[in-house]
Amino acid sequence: MSKYFLRQTLILIPVLAGISAVLFTILALAPGDPFEELATNPNVPAEVRMNLRAKFGLDDPIPIRYARWVVAMVRGDWGFSFVSRVNVDTLIMQRLPVTMVVLGSALVLAIVVAVPIGTLSALRPYSLFDQAATTFAFIGFSLPTFFTGLLFILLFSIHLDWLPFIYRADISATGWRWYWEHLRQSIMPVAVLGLFQAASMTRFMRAAVLDVIRLDYVNTARAKGLSEGVTLVKHVVRNALIPVVTLVALQIPGIFGGAIVTEQIFRVPGIGSLLIASILANDTPVVMAVTFVFSCLVLLSNLAADLLYGWLDPRISYR
Amino acid sequence: MDEREVRDFITDIRAGRLSRRAFTRIMVGLGLTGPLAAQLLAAAGVAAQPKIDSFSPTRRGGGGQLKVLWWQAPTLLNPHFALGTKDQDGSRVFYEPLAAYDPEGNLFPVLAQEIPSLENGGVARDGKSVIWKLKRGVTWHDGKPFTVDDLIFNWEYAADPATAAVTITSYRDLERVEKLDSHTARLVFKNPTPFWFDAFCGARGMIIPKHLFDAYRGAKSREAPANLKPVGTGPYRFVDFKPGDIVRGEINPTYHVPNRPFFDQFEMKGGGDAASAARAVLQTGEYDFAWNLQVADDVLKRLEQGGRGHVDMAIGGAVEHIQLNNTDPWKEVDGERSSLKTTHPFLTEAPVRAALNLLVDRSAIHEEIYGRLGQATPNFLNGPARFRSPNMRWEFNVERANQILDGAGWRRGSDGVRAKDGRRLTLLYQTSINPERQKTQAIVKQACAKAGIEVELKSVVSSVYFSSDVGNPDTYTKFYADIQMYSTGPGAPDPQTFMSNFTTVEIVSKSNKWQGRNIARWRNEEYDRVWKMAESETDPVKRAAQFIRMNDMLIQHVVVIPIVWRNAVAGVSNRLKSTDISGWDSNLWRLAYWYRQS
Repeated sequence: MSKYFLRQTLILIPVLAGISAVLFTILALAPGDPFEELATNPNVPAEVRMNLRAKFGLDDPIPIRYARWVVAMVRGDWGFSFVSRVNVDTLIMQRLPVTMVVLGSALVLAIVVAVPIGTLSALRPYSLFDQAATTFAFIGFSLPTFFTGLLFILLFSIHLDWLPFIYRADISATGWRWYWEHLRQSIMPVAVLGLFQAASMTRFMRAAVLDVIRLDYVNTARAKGLSEGVTLVKHVVRNALIPVVTLVALQIPGIFGGAIVTEQIFRVPGIGSLLIASILANDTPVVMAVTFVFSCLVLLSNLAADLLYGWLDPRISYR
Repeated sequence: MDEREVRDFITDIRAGRLSRRAFTRIMVGLGLTGPLAAQLLAAAGVAAQPKIDSFSPTRRGGGGQLKVLWWQAPTLLNPHFALGTKDQDGSRVFYEPLAAYDPEGNLFPVLAQEIPSLENGGVARDGKSVIWKLKRGVTWHDGKPFTVDDLIFNWEYAADPATAAVTITSYRDLERVEKLDSHTARLVFKNPTPFWFDAFCGARGMIIPKHLFDAYRGAKSREAPANLKPVGTGPYRFVDFKPGDIVRGEINPTYHVPNRPFFDQFEMKGGGDAASAARAVLQTGEYDFAWNLQVADDVLKRLEQGGRGHVDMAIGGAVEHIQLNNTDPWKEVDGERSSLKTTHPFLTEAPVRAALNLLVDRSAIHEEIYGRLGQATPNFLNGPARFRSPNMRWEFNVERANQILDGAGWRRGSDGVRAKDGRRLTLLYQTSINPERQKTQAIVKQACAKAGIEVELKSVVSSVYFSSDVGNPDTYTKFYADIQMYSTGPGAPDPQTFMSNFTTVEIVSKSNKWQGRNIARWRNEEYDRVWKMAESETDPVKRAAQFIRMNDMLIQHVVVIPIVWRNAVAGVSNRLKSTDISGWDSNLWRLAYWYRQS
């Protein structure tokens, strides 16, 4: 197990190196530069822009810039944003907690919704409840988050005027009001992301339970007189969750993708909106760092999925 | 009426023989606008009545929280490094200039005791120096006094090329800043400078404290801790800043204007898009003010029906215009297209240019596309009002365009497209990708088709089109097309730099890496001469006449075809008062005076 873990972790290093090389090259070849806005400003002479480019090393050849970036990164220096001149790690640390809270809540919401609904659907396949759940699940994962996000805003913020649609990380209130305000503003982004995840997760859960429920040990459990509830929780759901857990872990990258869009719509100051703003501003160091963080998270969630699988199902062994 | 007569009138007003109102009426009768008349008077030192604010609070604060939305968030708070208006606006909450530019482009004293003028002896007759008297008793947020030393420091800091300050142009032409006493400074210019109110004024003139930045000059400028934690003189003190997300401030209890500001806390939230920012102010009222709402006017009108807010226009000098290429974009000379060694095969012909000028339906473009966000204009130079030409007219007339082209020997071929000497009248028309621009292209193309001109449309993504990438053929400065369209403006209430867009020295070419301003590559000695004269002309009336003459030359030669004079739009809550946004300065130029009506 620990050997497996070590090997997988070592494999991450060349993978990350490859990812960073590709990202860096693409970003360096893309048109535009971070001081573009200065180019169209008649009051800023071209020398200032040239001077800034030279100062930030933008005029050097790509391989040299990449080498410089790798060396700095290995030393733990993430560089600084060309646009805000703030260190990139500071920027990311400012944004990461918000993203984690929103994504974490969305994931919890998805599990809380999907596991019971999927199970109930599987227990009574093709019943009215199952039909309804299936319909909603299909609608749910067919609608992209940017669309449901806008629908939610139209309904809850504009027509009903219940919820704010602008997320503020700094709320000046204290005590219960602070929690209340945070809850109110998080409802929509979390619901949009969580329900999108829940939709496909419901289907996985339903399929997994259907697979398990027909197996002999379930019949045995019933035959030896266990109550339906115990059978369901201890024997059916527990075993059905094994593939679902893996799928959830593998889906986490997808949540990040959705989070980028959702953060932009609700102005959630997370790393997704930081990424969009930096791409639009051609702020290469920040784009590099954020995509790098994303790829680390994706690789780590894959690793976590592998390890979880073994932990949940001891029959699987690692070599 | 000539210059001398106008001067006589002004003398009469000064002597009290003629009222301001009568003068304005005469000027309006002559086709000048009201503000232009007021400008002439202001320039001649005949002061207007100061604007009376109906709201006069008896104490500071008590207004609760002010929440504003900037859909592009500020990313840094040092005004000398501001990459765009968003950064200038974020800085303006904490930092202030000596004087701000009001909506008419006039000076409004902020950190200055009074506005220098010829009359009060502040502005030297030779235009080579100006004396600023600083307001006394102003302190930085940390309690240190604000003095002339700070002014001197800002000049040294910004003028140093190693700092790479974006404000360098405002300061590098200063020969020195002299300290007459702790609160009086004399700015000495290298040359006679009619635009003496550039340094230390407006969005580019915000002043940072010497005691916090002194150790971080030149190459070390990035390391200053105060870059992220500003200490200024403004109405709000710094609380928190997250680049790209939020700027927060709290009331400055020692602000130098008595009983201001009204609000206790200030919050500037960033990110998202313009349309939802408009919605948050106009429709749901979640926020009090939103900056730069680049949203179609019909959408704004619909949102305004929510009844919580309205849009407000900042009228500057930005003009959406078509440029005609004077060089041949289809012939490559020494590895360069649109080279100065070529001339355009037909766009240099006066009749073709005249015809094109008649084929742009400005009123349709204004009404159908821009609505309240712009107004049709015949002029390239539209503001400040004192520089706007009253002489130019525009016309949309397909019939006349046809006559002109017929008369010039351009005959229609079997496919309806005109040709002469075997050359078809076909144009490539390029612009950036933007819904308004593509609609405008379509309207122009349609009209041109009626006149037998074939137009091929091209649109380039903005980040490429407006970039300075030397390797990319699609940038606007390369101009590898026959005509192109975009928007540009003076950005300051003085058109000297703006009008250099057509001087010979500014022509872009491969040799200067396409870094100039004259993108149409138009050459005219007369224009160059007038521009040069205006550069050092200290008489405001003569100088205004020179700029009007330059504008008229551009229009008469159809160097450019101005389409609409564009406004910057802000969303303002119906309860928020006294915002009075200016097209010449930051949206927040009057932040200290904003208040909310209960």
